[in-house]
Amino acid sequence: MDHQFQLPGSYKKWTYGLIAVGLVALLYGVFRFQPWIHSHHGSHVDATRFWAVLLQNSTFFLLVVNAAMFFICVTTMAMAGWVVAFRRVSEAISSVVPILGILTFVILMAIVFGSRTDIYHWLDKEAVANDPILKGKSGFLSVPFFTIWSFCTIFLWWFLGKKMRSMSLESDKQGNMDYETGKKWVWKNTVWASLYSVVFTLTVASTIPWLWIMSIDAHWYSTMFSWYTFASTFVSGMSLIALFVIYLKNRGQLEYVTDEHLHDLGKFMFAFSVFWTYLWFSQYMLIWYSNQPEETKYFIERIGTATKPGPYKAIFFFNLILNFLCPLLILMKKGAKRNWTLVTVMAVLIIFGHWIDFFQMVMPGTVHGHYSLGFFEFGIAALFVGLIMWGTGRYLSKHSLLAKNHPFLKESMIHHT
Amino acid sequence: MAGGIKKFVVGSFDDEKVLFPAVKNVRKAGYKIHDVYTPFPVHGLDHAMGIRETSLHTAGFIYAITGTTTALTFMSWVFTKDWPLNIGGKPNFALPAWIPITFELTVLFSAVGMVLTFCYLCNLAPFVKKHHFHPRATDDLFVMAIECTDKTNDAEVQAFLQSAGAQEINVQVAETGWWIGRYHKEQKLYKEEKGY
Repeated sequence: MDHQFQLPGSYKKWTYGLIAVGLVALLYGVFRFQPWIHSHHGSHVDATRFWAVLLQNSTFFLLVVNAAMFFICVTTMAMAGWVVAFRRVSEAISSVVPILGILTFVILMAIVFGSRTDIYHWLDKEAVANDPILKGKSGFLSVPFFTIWSFCTIFLWWFLGKKMRSMSLESDKQGNMDYETGKKWVWKNTVWASLYSVVFTLTVASTIPWLWIMSIDAHWYSTMFSWYTFASTFVSGMSLIALFVIYLKNRGQLEYVTDEHLHDLGKFMFAFSVFWTYLWFSQYMLIWYSNQPEETKYFIERIGTATKPGPYKAIFFFNLILNFLCPLLILMKKGAKRNWTLVTVMAVLIIFGHWIDFFQMVMPGTVHGHYSLGFFEFGIAALFVGLIMWGTGRYLSKHSLLAKNHPFLKESMIHHT
Repeated sequence: MAGGIKKFVVGSFDDEKVLFPAVKNVRKAGYKIHDVYTPFPVHGLDHAMGIRETSLHTAGFIYAITGTTTALTFMSWVFTKDWPLNIGGKPNFALPAWIPITFELTVLFSAVGMVLTFCYLCNLAPFVKKHHFHPRATDDLFVMAIECTDKTNDAEVQAFLQSAGAQEINVQVAETGWWIGRYHKEQKLYKEEKGY
């Protein structure tokens, strides 16, 4: 087996099909929703919807593909061998970061420099001047800081991810490594992976979700929000890796991936679903318990009060069923995590569930009660899925699917849970 | 679980690479492996020995949902029926506040239940003394005990283990069942039945 993957026609058809659907949805949105019109207090909610949907999808899918690189880096630092059999798949997914990164940056800049106060309330200079809470946050929630930090973040994800990928690709040409060379190579990888992880902590696990998503509800804050977002995107990222691994295995590739590897991927999907729930619950319970008006506002906008149900009540609890109950009960058994069909279904379910999770993070603060889940929402999601398939497929068909000189390859081949 | 006294042919191996084919060949020859004792967990040995998947985790799941139900029923009964209290103006049925306790009782029930079940399945209890087929099974030897039935020719089994690469081979008579203190009483029996 030469581990060289040729993209089948059906893959290309789906990729271009999804992108085409997405572009149609985008054009439909531009003409129908007139996103250039400014909306004041819900006067032109369609324009708000346009930007909110773009924001939701771009941030979600960017963080999901970026999670693939985080997975490579943590497993590198932990000296984990089992991932080597499908390491190229994670690399391929992470190679989409620059594409989605540029797109996200363009969308964010359009929102910020287009003064979309309906998305980010803190862009409204007049409101900030008369509001002591927003004034106190204005060092962090300001156009220069937002722009510079978003740029640095995406640049660093791209740069460090590129470095990790190029070290892996270089090893293909190096030939079989002896003990000393292998040790040096692993150490070099560990150093870069650590750098990436530090950047990841300063961005995904702290500032970036605050800036991009939490600042929609500019008055509200939760210190758990970034971890919550991280859990959401990491478990989706693991599901995405599992999906691509299963697809390639079905195509007769990845000969060293066995039930054992699938079992461990399934464990990640299961464990991080529970971790997500832990954060979901902690954020909710603390706010419910302390009952501070400035904090409960966030949940009142979503699920409402005891007497008056909010507009997002159904979505909010549907989210919990999709992302907690289903993975908990379905993926609990060992047999389920070793069942290729079931893991596929669960991976799709988890990714969809966390897309819905992002939907209920972004929408209440922007379009308020006037949300819809229609052609535009799913069309834009199709655009991003198509782009991920395009970028991942390009990397997979360009490079060998097996990091054949990786010092831990043997460990991955004989992996046994 | 009264097992009674049985005769075993015991072979010790000093290498995993020899042990695995030996286990396979012993099973192929139709002998009954009582157990294989190893100093550390050996990956895939359970599979090679043909042991069925443990149902300990199913038991754990049942204990866990018992814990969940116990916690939720008890708290709802106390706080809504038996002794309703106004705590910080919260509703009496304060589900979010109960989740941590429910979670902890779930974990407690499943953990304690699984430990006790594990002890039962492995015949472990206070004052029960287990027979050791070879003291070095906890140090550096893999010890395989083959159970003899009426039809087993133990000289043949010994020769078979020899050819499979066993280092030390002997015949032992041991109590397989268990009850608290049982082993002490039965020990005299072995002496009486010398030359079994």
